[in-house]
Amino acid sequence: MISAPSQSRSGPHPIFLWLFSSIGKKTVVALSGIVLVLFVTGHLLGNFTIYLGKDWLNWYAEHLQSLGPMLWVIRLFMLATVGAHIFFTMLLWKENQAARPKKYIASDPVGTSVFARTMRLSGLIVLGFILFHLAHFTVRIVDPAFQHMDTMLDGHEVHDCYRMVVTGFSNVPVSILYIVGLFLLMMHLSHGIGSLFQTLGLTNRRIHPLIETVTRAYAWLLYIGYISIPISVLTGIVK
Amino acid sequence: MKFYLEVWRQKGPDGAGKLEHYEANDIPAEASFLEMLDIVNEDLTKKGIEPIQFDSDCREGICGNCSLTINGVPHGPGRGTTCQLYMRKFRDGQIITIEPFRADSFPVERDLVVNREAYDRIMQAGGFISERAGSAPDANSVPIPKVVADQAMDAAACIGCGACAAACPNGSAMLFVSAKVTHLGLLPQGKPENDRRVLKMVRQADKEGFGNCSNYYACEAVCPAGIPASVIAHLNRNFSFASIKESIGITV
Repeated sequence: MISAPSQSRSGPHPIFLWLFSSIGKKTVVALSGIVLVLFVTGHLLGNFTIYLGKDWLNWYAEHLQSLGPMLWVIRLFMLATVGAHIFFTMLLWKENQAARPKKYIASDPVGTSVFARTMRLSGLIVLGFILFHLAHFTVRIVDPAFQHMDTMLDGHEVHDCYRMVVTGFSNVPVSILYIVGLFLLMMHLSHGIGSLFQTLGLTNRRIHPLIETVTRAYAWLLYIGYISIPISVLTGIVK
Repeated sequence: MKFYLEVWRQKGPDGAGKLEHYEANDIPAEASFLEMLDIVNEDLTKKGIEPIQFDSDCREGICGNCSLTINGVPHGPGRGTTCQLYMRKFRDGQIITIEPFRADSFPVERDLVVNREAYDRIMQAGGFISERAGSAPDANSVPIPKVVADQAMDAAACIGCGACAAACPNGSAMLFVSAKVTHLGLLPQGKPENDRRVLKMVRQADKEGFGNCSNYYACEAVCPAGIPASVIAHLNRNFSFASIKESIGITV
């Protein structure tokens, strides 16, 4: 006998069943995580133009600005990505709290890493850090003087991104804030990048330890790359 | 050996429950953890105190019935079930805290006894093969690659004890569900209904109120059967593929 198709179309569409299932929600967090990791990587590569000299960084910054409406499309896409990442994490968190209402009196976090246990905390601190970073270098309201830093590049007047970054990081407390904020990002990615391979099912027993090691190393590399800039400014390598 | 026990006592499912202090005296080092509790219970009975209720059955590490969280770790220190944990693992005079498995889907019945029927309902949702598999086929008549057979066999070691959900800070049953899905879905007899099984078992686990996997890997660390957390990756992959197939109506 041929059995009836298992899909009766009475309930919610299978896509919604997937999206709001335990694994579907995790998948959204993992996929948005990929976008964010790629963004963080691209952002760092762009930042490295600071080591090529003033004109390179300003050229790079000017090119980003000249995207015009496209820049806003990218910004809105990133905003939606961050929004989905946080929204689905919160949904998962709410369910997880309900699934384990009673904690052990003698608690032992056996097998878990400190990075995994602090994901929500590190994520929220990173969110705060990103907001500060946007206010600092994008909206430029932390130090309004940044708004009027202009320079000449190929005969045009452009915003002097280089001067802004060097001035910004010459402020020791601000640099420390960046180094700490980025450390939290490193912690978040130490668990997050390896975790997305597991969530998307892109791992197996043999390669799992390798993925954990490589992704953790990658999080540290990003960290070292990022903090090299405020440290270079503070030590006078970039001035 | 002598131990100072802090044991969770709870009169019934709705009772408040609290830790009670007991002393375990003259315990042989070769006694298993459950035998130690038996000795304590005999002592309590003599004193006219209600003995400590706990689950146990086979006492040889295969049934998955014993369910104690010892010093915050389901089944206690080391790999294996509570019945395979020996008192020589502890220091003489050590304080040992014994709590029931904690997960909202495993309600405490009494003292250290929890109701793990949620796992049975997940199994009923899809953890089986519908067709009669018949008698064992001739050797090598159904070729199964060694790596696949090994993976299925490793996953089949799951005894459904519930330690994974009890260890998980999210109370997630994903290691259990994925062990069953990996075990049944990789082999020829279980493949024909793999998609339906994956969808139904995950949905049942969600319905039972188990949490979501955050890749803490605490489950893997406490699993007495040594199920690797990579089976969860296998489940995630299969669930997403099965969902896509379901949305276009080609689920097997």
